[in-house]
Amino acid sequence: MPMHRKTLTELKAGLDAGDFSARELAEHFLARIDTLDPQLNSFISVTRDQALAQADAADQARAAGQAGLLNGLPIAHKDIFCTRGVRTSCGSRMLDNFISPYDATVVERMQAAGAVMLGKTNMDEFAMGSSNETSWYGPVKNPWDVARVPGGSSGGSAAAVAARLVPAATGTDTGGSIRQPAALTGITGLKPTYGRVSRWGMIAFASSLDQAGPMATSAADCALLLSAMSGHDPRDSTSVHQPVDDYSAALDQPLKGLRIGVPEEFFPATLDDRIASTTRAAMAELEKQGATLVSIRLPSVDLSVPAYYVIAPAEASSNLSRFDGVRYGYRCDDPQDLEDMYKRSRSEGFGAEVKRRILVGTYALSHGYYDAYYLRAQKVRRLISNDFARAFEQVDVIMGPTSPEQAFALGAKSDDPVTMYMADVFTIAVNLAGLPALSMPAGMIDGLPVGIQVIGNYFREGQILNVAHQFQQATDWHQQAPAFGESA
Amino acid sequence: MEWETVIGLEVHVQLSTATKIFSGSSTAFGAAPNTQASLVDLAMPGTLPVLNKAAVEKAVLFGLAINAEIGKRSVFERKNYFYPDLPKGYQTTQLEAPIVGRGEVEIQLEDGTRKTVRIHHAHLEEDAGKSLHEAFYDEQGRGMTGIDLNRAGTPLIEVVTEPDMRSPEEAVAFARKLHAIATTLGICDGDMSQGSMRFDVNVSVRPKGEEKLGTRTETKNLNSFRFMDAAIRQEIRRQIELIEDGGSVVQETRLFDGDTQTARSMRTKEDANDYRYFPCPDLLPVEVTDADIERLRAQLPELPDARAERFMQQYALSDYDAGLLAADRHIADYFEAAAGAAGDAKLTANWVMGEVSARLNAEGQDIRQAPLSAADLGQLIQRIKDGTISSKIAKQVFDACWQGEGSPDEVIDARGLKQVSDSGELEKVVDQIIADNAEQVAAYQAAEGAKQKKMFGFFVGQAMKLTQGKANPQQINELLQKKLTP
Repeated sequence: MPMHRKTLTELKAGLDAGDFSARELAEHFLARIDTLDPQLNSFISVTRDQALAQADAADQARAAGQAGLLNGLPIAHKDIFCTRGVRTSCGSRMLDNFISPYDATVVERMQAAGAVMLGKTNMDEFAMGSSNETSWYGPVKNPWDVARVPGGSSGGSAAAVAARLVPAATGTDTGGSIRQPAALTGITGLKPTYGRVSRWGMIAFASSLDQAGPMATSAADCALLLSAMSGHDPRDSTSVHQPVDDYSAALDQPLKGLRIGVPEEFFPATLDDRIASTTRAAMAELEKQGATLVSIRLPSVDLSVPAYYVIAPAEASSNLSRFDGVRYGYRCDDPQDLEDMYKRSRSEGFGAEVKRRILVGTYALSHGYYDAYYLRAQKVRRLISNDFARAFEQVDVIMGPTSPEQAFALGAKSDDPVTMYMADVFTIAVNLAGLPALSMPAGMIDGLPVGIQVIGNYFREGQILNVAHQFQQATDWHQQAPAFGESA
Repeated sequence: MEWETVIGLEVHVQLSTATKIFSGSSTAFGAAPNTQASLVDLAMPGTLPVLNKAAVEKAVLFGLAINAEIGKRSVFERKNYFYPDLPKGYQTTQLEAPIVGRGEVEIQLEDGTRKTVRIHHAHLEEDAGKSLHEAFYDEQGRGMTGIDLNRAGTPLIEVVTEPDMRSPEEAVAFARKLHAIATTLGICDGDMSQGSMRFDVNVSVRPKGEEKLGTRTETKNLNSFRFMDAAIRQEIRRQIELIEDGGSVVQETRLFDGDTQTARSMRTKEDANDYRYFPCPDLLPVEVTDADIERLRAQLPELPDARAERFMQQYALSDYDAGLLAADRHIADYFEAAAGAAGDAKLTANWVMGEVSARLNAEGQDIRQAPLSAADLGQLIQRIKDGTISSKIAKQVFDACWQGEGSPDEVIDARGLKQVSDSGELEKVVDQIIADNAEQVAAYQAAEGAKQKKMFGFFVGQAMKLTQGKANPQQINELLQKKLTP
């Protein structure tokens, strides 16, 4: 089996066994990126020299008996994570010239574990989008059908992993930005509990919702990556002191006695029948393994899209104020005065979707509208959290489809932001409540993957990874790779 | 018409923490531009704030000192506006749930009147950086603005009063009292010249007897008691003239320029920013427990009012003297140490408020840098009391000590300033004066009453001249009395 068809866990075993070196691994994947990525556009930067240096260092560390958890394993970081000495663009013209002076905690931790960074992946501008079409660097194509989107905003990471240009990548999820592209590209992606992974060095979109997580081809790989990424960070005040579980060790628990909540709200009448039945078939497989299905209600989740599209833009409007052309990033040519510099730098530096959200957020926070929008949205947020809290009194995990749709055609929704926003309906409630959730492939329709979502209680990443792993032990959806690049 | 002035203050008190409120950068004043600005202070993408606990503790200490309710769960909010020296595009501050709630401060005026000024609240916030508009030019010689972010993120508490003050005197008395409390608590270095305490004054006028408040203006950026006094007086005059001329006061923000001693309109209410406050999602609410409060209460030093009260009791000082000495923690400490060494509190108080304060003011120095230690001042006063030197010579000794010539005893020895109290020696002096001034002696003996008394001074003067001021005045008086009486 070629190296790129192995999971991260298998590659780790191969490195341990001396089947290949970290350098060979890095060179193999870098060659695939060189050959295939021009068709996908999943990378913004490829850091070849640095990758080879890191790979050599990993080989030396292994020879010296000092191999870390991810020693020699190639990965890619979403271009939202600051990487010292490397452009960190966040998919925006605003930061096209920004070379970060420091590393994000996620980058630092994975590097300390021995991971080899091959490059930075494409993304929707400032993580705002569900199709990866808002990037300053152009849209990313879905390797299952290059006329279709890979989802977003972590679309570059998703497409790169799905096309086996890299065995695993990091993503961030504010309203579904790990899970939805994972679903649309047939990979496994996990959004941890809010506070589980440090946000230091991760460029903020909506601070109270943003969370970094792993994207790979299996739950076992995500468990491995999450172990390396997680843990308290004194530089992030919202990072929690909760100890990090051994996620890999929990994978093999049998599912007997597991109670799976099936919320009515995740199976609306309007849902595509084929997606609904694919999801139900996956749950039936888990039932076969001894789990029981419990019908539950999450009455407030219907309000999650409007609440999210107030809270997230409100926070974003403030978070993105620092991009003012004064200290770093894009500055317009020849400003006439301060106001001109602000206006043109921001008008020219930000794309349409980012500007739309800044305007929405500014409006929602403005005098006279704050109570009606922001405060009310926060109340809805509490209701949604309460719904989940009640549900978790009865069940261990909650399941449903990740997205109401499969990968759609490039450009199909570019002019219709509200339809695009509505597609986040199943993922957003999880961010509002701060819960961990995972998406994994559970079927194919018309040659395109379908993803299902497993939601856990706070800090129960181990449990949802366990459920996903047991499903993947019994099925092979996660092993299906697109035909894209097979000749390469 | 008789007018009444209504004044409320907003005071920015810079907290003397070693590091900034949300980053580990130093807060020391005067470093080269942008050398004390970290990734967080520069608002680099992806950076996050971490609250400095020392700033919270100092704010709580302040709250306890003014008998305020302490916010057990205070919340940081973002105040959004664009300005080049505001790197994040928002200031992290508190609005709905401040760390310090309602409290009060008692002030005392020079005539002894006392008054309570209510504090509406005090909140924690970060300072902005500085825009430097001078001496920056691009290649074409066009003026540019430089940004120094060393100050960005310096912790402040903003203390907001109720509109309880009715005159510039009351406002200044309040400002001085706040300065005294903050420096006594050790939460602020009190150095006004470096902006450690800055005042915004809200002023309105109304016809005397009227209940309704007039339209107010806010004058910003006052960094001395003198400027504050001047700005308030000007603003009262301006408002009264406006109204008496048939106009009306416009609600606006005014900026005071210390160089020209005048204020100008900065912005009116209409073009005020909508700051779009909302809770900062990067920071958790600040929890202060009862145990924290009790631990901090136990650390409270003796506050100015209590100390003044004690000075009156313990040292029999007047209300006014006690208040003045207790207003500055370090002056009060100096006074107490000197009084202990001198064994005469009243005389020590006079010296501290007189010579010592005058010297410090003239040289713009802090008492902690005074070249004359409290122990030395005590020694000096002792030498006056034990007759080694006269009060007049003492001033000379004081000057010499201040110049670094040594301790008072060393100076007295080195300069031979010891008072001549040897009666034999003084008798010789007196005899010589009588012998040298026969005419004056005769005239003196012929004179009577007040005239004679006046002439007596001549002989004392001669004695002091002959002894270079070292003659013990009491002994000289007695000897002259005896020898001049026929």
